[in-house]
Amino acid sequence: MENEKVTVNINGCNYEVGAGLNVLEACRSVGVEVPFFCYHPKLKVAGSCRMCLVTIGTPARDRATGELLKKEDGSPEISWMPKPAIACGTKVSQNMHVVTDSEFIKSCRESVLEFLLLNHPLDCPICDKAGECKLQEYANTFGRGESRYIENKNVKPKKVMVAGKIMMDSQRCIECSRCIRFCREFIGRSTFSFTKRGSKTEISVYPNSDNDSNYLLNVVDGCPVGALTEKAFRFKMRTWFLKVTDSICGESSAGINVRVWSRNGKIYRITPRRNDAVNDMWMTDSGRYIHYRFEAKNRMSVARIDSSPCDLGYAAERCLEILKLGKVAIVANAWQSVEEMFLMKRLADACGAKIYMISHVGADDGKLLSADRTPNMRGAFLTGLLDSYPPKDFKGLGAAIDAGEVGTVLCFREDLKDFGLEQKQLKAANIIYCGALENNISASAKICIPLRTEFEKNGSWVNRQFRIQKFNMAVQAPENTFADIDFLSFLLSELEGSHFDAPSAEDVRAEMAKSIVAMKDAVHIPASGLPLDSSQFASVDFPEEDAMHYSRQKK
Amino acid sequence: MAAKETRIIYRHIGADAWNASIDKYLSDGGYSILSETVRRPREELCAEMEKSKLRGRGGAGFPCGMKWKFLDRKSGKPIYLVCNADESEPGTCKDRLLIYQDPHQIIEGIMCASYAINAAQAFIYIRGEYINGYRILMNAIEEARKKNFVGKNICGSDYSCEITVTRGAGCYVCGEETGLLSSLSGDRAYPRIKPPYFPAVMGLYDCPTAVNNVETLCWVPQIFKMGGEAFSKMGNPLDPGTHIWGVSGLVQKPGRYEIETGACTLGELLYDLCGGPLAGRRFKAVIPGGSSMKILRWDEKFSIKDKDGAQKEVRTEDIPLDADSFMKCGTAIGSCGIIVMDNTVDMVEALANLNQFYAHESCGQCTPCREGTMWMSRITKRICEGWGREEDVALLKSVADNMCGRTICALGEGAAWPTQSNVSKFKEEYYEKIRRQKKVGGQARLDNNSYRLI
Ligand SMILES: Cc1cc2nc3c(=O)[nH]c(=O)nc-3n(C[C@H](O)[C@H](O)[C@H](O)COP(=O)(O)O)c2cc1C
Ligand code: SF4
Ligand code: SF4
Ligand code: FES
Repeated sequence: MENEKVTVNINGCNYEVGAGLNVLEACRSVGVEVPFFCYHPKLKVAGSCRMCLVTIGTPARDRATGELLKKEDGSPEISWMPKPAIACGTKVSQNMHVVTDSEFIKSCRESVLEFLLLNHPLDCPICDKAGECKLQEYANTFGRGESRYIENKNVKPKKVMVAGKIMMDSQRCIECSRCIRFCREFIGRSTFSFTKRGSKTEISVYPNSDNDSNYLLNVVDGCPVGALTEKAFRFKMRTWFLKVTDSICGESSAGINVRVWSRNGKIYRITPRRNDAVNDMWMTDSGRYIHYRFEAKNRMSVARIDSSPCDLGYAAERCLEILKLGKVAIVANAWQSVEEMFLMKRLADACGAKIYMISHVGADDGKLLSADRTPNMRGAFLTGLLDSYPPKDFKGLGAAIDAGEVGTVLCFREDLKDFGLEQKQLKAANIIYCGALENNISASAKICIPLRTEFEKNGSWVNRQFRIQKFNMAVQAPENTFADIDFLSFLLSELEGSHFDAPSAEDVRAEMAKSIVAMKDAVHIPASGLPLDSSQFASVDFPEEDAMHYSRQKK
Repeated sequence: MAAKETRIIYRHIGADAWNASIDKYLSDGGYSILSETVRRPREELCAEMEKSKLRGRGGAGFPCGMKWKFLDRKSGKPIYLVCNADESEPGTCKDRLLIYQDPHQIIEGIMCASYAINAAQAFIYIRGEYINGYRILMNAIEEARKKNFVGKNICGSDYSCEITVTRGAGCYVCGEETGLLSSLSGDRAYPRIKPPYFPAVMGLYDCPTAVNNVETLCWVPQIFKMGGEAFSKMGNPLDPGTHIWGVSGLVQKPGRYEIETGACTLGELLYDLCGGPLAGRRFKAVIPGGSSMKILRWDEKFSIKDKDGAQKEVRTEDIPLDADSFMKCGTAIGSCGIIVMDNTVDMVEALANLNQFYAHESCGQCTPCREGTMWMSRITKRICEGWGREEDVALLKSVADNMCGRTICALGEGAAWPTQSNVSKFKEEYYEKIRRQKKVGGQARLDNNSYRLI
């Protein structure tokens, strides 16, 4: 069924389109634009905005015999529907004829836009949606330019706060009902609803509803106009000034595909990116604010030795010296990219170190916030850092220090103190802390190496579905920080004696493809990610529960 | 043709010593058809219905037998029957009398229809304002249940069916069948898109559902008794049976008249039965089928084909009273509510009144109807208040054209037709009013508005 095709004639040309598509998607798949407001690929069809009207015809049949009628020249006779039909709510069928470019359809679109604009406040100059607003775009493309309306506009409530994070403006609302449908269908609980009737219809929120859902902000992305805007982004930046970078959300192993919107090195917002195999078009609200973790005040901005700032290169040299002394333990973490993990494994082999990792587990919401709150635990398995799911704390490392087996801990990102290492154990070993943020142990570590955040580098993570996905550098890293790969390859080239000169993530993946079977195709990763073979990890007890596009492997 | 009534559905309405009790109904042979019906095979009953060519009396005039045939019987889901008693079309109040005076006829009709389509449950969706009607129906159903005409093992057969009465949410779209179903299932009365929500396939609770008007259902026992064939010969074969014409407005004797289709003309109805216009006045226009249908000028002439295929010219008053003839004249009988206007009526005010109704009743779901009804209403109101512009006439027409045929439900069309027809048939009156008001200016505007209703 999925790959079945039907022939549809669109504006006089025949196209092969997927059977089972609606006319709107079918047109889109062959590059014919049909404008729409209320349609949303992931929600039920409402069919209420009437923007997508098209003329539809089907092959005519003889009433008596049921046979297809033919014109004189042998082409099939088409019976055209007397009224225009909504493209979003009509499924394609064999030999269907669709007209989207007639004068009549043009007038349909023009009139719908005119109707929508009658009561629209036209406050684009102060609306956050401006620049990415469907109404604005279509009014420009399909509208009639000037209004014939001289009556007063309706007045409806503006500036209504919803759940403390959304600003609702009913006057801008075009009553597309996407927000209502999203809450009903995805969250499973009604938050928004219409009140009143006719032109007075208002989008409103149920009074006292417990709208504490972690997915509510998706209605902001879904709202075709500026009726629902995000409080955190309100009046912060005009959208057209922002640079967009494709990335992956590091909040959990769900691996939500996101876009990072930034300007001059500052991230302004994070929004979901469509991936029908992972997150459809949604993301968590908490994931949108994850970049707040890396605010300047939390950053480790300069390399330090024994708490005094020093040159980055010098700190790295000292690091090397200490590692050469032996008795090293390496603390890795699952925020590191697959590429970094691969180098880490080689580093561990080169200095005979044991690798310690811990798990970060939280409640699984069965949707897009999975139990494993790290983005790349599967990557640690694939690169050989792990062979069983890691414990919750560093007690094992503590015991090794107590036993005198470990003299140096090369720690990436993790806060050893919070996760089970005692003060005297921390004292007993040389701690080299590498990370982007200050934490409990960075203050007392012997050497501190400032690294970059996931927004400042390229790399890839493997999510709970064993799908490898690429994240890209969104903002420039501050000066005096090391890219993790650079730092690791510097250590490696000294310890291994191999020549490994500041490779890119891609170079590392090419290297990896040679030595790790499951990764053999993962050099160039497509935008939608690449599922990897996970059969060898079938016995690992991963904590995630069944969720959207993920089902726990049966043991 | 002499104008005379043929009372079949209305046989008990206003009759001497009649009341709504079950004893009265039984004494007139009531429920005997039901007890025979539940012993007949269902296929036969549905076939009778198809043969009868009975058209729905709710407004759309869709053949009832066809509607039943389309019910999705293979899905394995329960089938529901919904009686549409939400009568709220302006100018229409034929169902009300049946509910108030002859509820058992409706119940018998519902049970016969339920049996024929094998419904698991029947509903009556009654207009919210008919509070007494609701009580009368509840009472009647209780009476009927006691006598085993409703509920378990009806009339000793193995068929069981309950009737639930639901009061409407007080709004016109609740009468639109899919809006009614949304409302009945607890949502806002938003009409649904077809496809996929054809009631016969995805109706109430997404189960196959037949929605029928009160009067349509009252016909069901009659047809089962006399047979589809016999019924189809009654009156005009394209629209057999009788229609209950609710005449309102400026005539001597407004009221409800049940007339066999095609048995008399519009003029005969209005002059002979309704006594003609009020003293000293002339008829100016009629809306034939509830406010949503296109208006007819009394002095209009139409060229229609008659039975033998000959082209002939008819005046408005010569139009025979059946669905087909009105269709040929570019309008429709809708719910048979005739609204009569005479020479004292200001057409602009009349339209303003209607437009205000539609602006108030549009459910607000789809763009053209939501904004269009409001816009038209504001324009006509403005003209009435004395601020009209000559370009408003063309604008009104254009707004109505932009709504027509582009909405989810027929309310959008029903709201556009009055404006379209009114503006094009009485254009001069609009211009005249606008010019006159312009001339008299401010004080006249004030005077003009001091007595206005809306
Ligand atoms: C806006 C609108 C209002 C309607 N109101 C009513 C009504 O009050 N009562 C009714 O029986 N049908 C009403 N209808 C017609 C119904 O949609 C439907 O056609 C009818 O209930 C079908 O019954 P029938 O086949 O017996 O006529 C309305 C239709 C529209 C578009
Ligand atoms: S608030 Fe936005 S998403 Fe919700 S109905 Fe209005 S326009 Fe649509
Ligand atoms: S046509 Fe009017 S009443 Fe019908 S669904 Fe659309 S807005 Fe609602
Ligand atoms: S997109 Fe099809 S009706 Fe709104």
